[in-house]
Amino acid sequence: MTSAEQTAERVHAALANLAAGDGPAPRDGTLTLEVSRGSLHAVLERLKEQAGFETITMVTCVDHLGGRRSEPRFEVVHQLLSIEHRDRVRVKTRVASDDASVPTCTDLWPGASFMEREAYDMFGVTFEGHPNLARLLMPEEYGHHPLRKDFPHQGIEPDRLYKEWDRERRARAAREQAGGSVR
Amino acid sequence: MGSLKEKHEAQESGFFATRVDALVNWGRKNSLWPMPLGLSCCGIELMAMIGPKFDISRFGAEAARFSPRQCDLLIVAGTLTWKMAQACRTIYDQMPEPKWVIAMGVCSSTGGMYDSYAVVQGVDSILPVDVYVPGCPPRPDAVIDALLKLQKKIERESPLHRLLHEPGTPDERGTGSLLRQPNAAVVRNELDLHPHAPGARRTASER
Repeated sequence: MTSAEQTAERVHAALANLAAGDGPAPRDGTLTLEVSRGSLHAVLERLKEQAGFETITMVTCVDHLGGRRSEPRFEVVHQLLSIEHRDRVRVKTRVASDDASVPTCTDLWPGASFMEREAYDMFGVTFEGHPNLARLLMPEEYGHHPLRKDFPHQGIEPDRLYKEWDRERRARAAREQAGGSVR
Repeated sequence: MGSLKEKHEAQESGFFATRVDALVNWGRKNSLWPMPLGLSCCGIELMAMIGPKFDISRFGAEAARFSPRQCDLLIVAGTLTWKMAQACRTIYDQMPEPKWVIAMGVCSSTGGMYDSYAVVQGVDSILPVDVYVPGCPPRPDAVIDALLKLQKKIERESPLHRLLHEPGTPDERGTGSLLRQPNAAVVRNELDLHPHAPGARRTASER
């Protein structure tokens, strides 16, 4: 029995009697599950508690706009690692753009927090139940999700926030100069 | 009225005649205090430049301070993002006059390879820049060359004129060039989702 088969068997056993969408299929060397949004959290919990995948290595998102299978648009990808068994599994969930949200997995792996925040920042997919789903990289008031396929790579008014700040700065300088205080 | 003895003493202790501008500029150009704003890989080359091998203390500019209040030469070394731009401008504002700016590397000069929503397309959008240094990152020699060019530039300044005729004018050079940000006005009307599909996008020669 190869190690890939052993992994598949362990995952099968952990997910037994759980209606979890498509069964596991190997894809570019990694066992991949495609699950629905409703069963995502249960699947992740089983994989952690029963199949021994104690580490989450990646939470990210793929925008399939304009792709061959463009609907539902977003695909949230979780990748897990078992240090004990030395193997990985990938869990994919498709969500539509008008209701782009999945349950958080920060209750299972607190370390997923930043990865979920980054996915939210870049793609606008919300993670329900996340303790602090704020933007990670872009400024708080940025208002766009830059890694979406329909976002122009040069940005939409990239200097908007700077200009607002600069206007305030000049007004402050003018006030201070009028008041006679040293700048 | 000076006596003959006093005149004689003055000659013995030595004196020289020069212009105030020349004296002030001589002092300024040979004791630049750089503020190293290392934003990415250029910062590493900047460290090499300050260190013993390239040694900018030969040109009187080794006293790098990490407080803008003590500096008069801002070296923007690396990629300036729009999120960092406010901090960069604040640092520039906090530096006392007179002050100069070196844009080190292509990123801070023009945005470089980052034709992106996140990156300022040249720090001259938000600051007045005196010397631009190309390179990705530039060799420390290139930055030393920029330093020497800046010294030549300082030699030509007239600080006395500025002191007498333009006291206390806030320095807003360069800030108007926000208008020529190439990506400020970009609003894409239609998506290029299949750039390689037949007929999807015409090349420049077909237009």
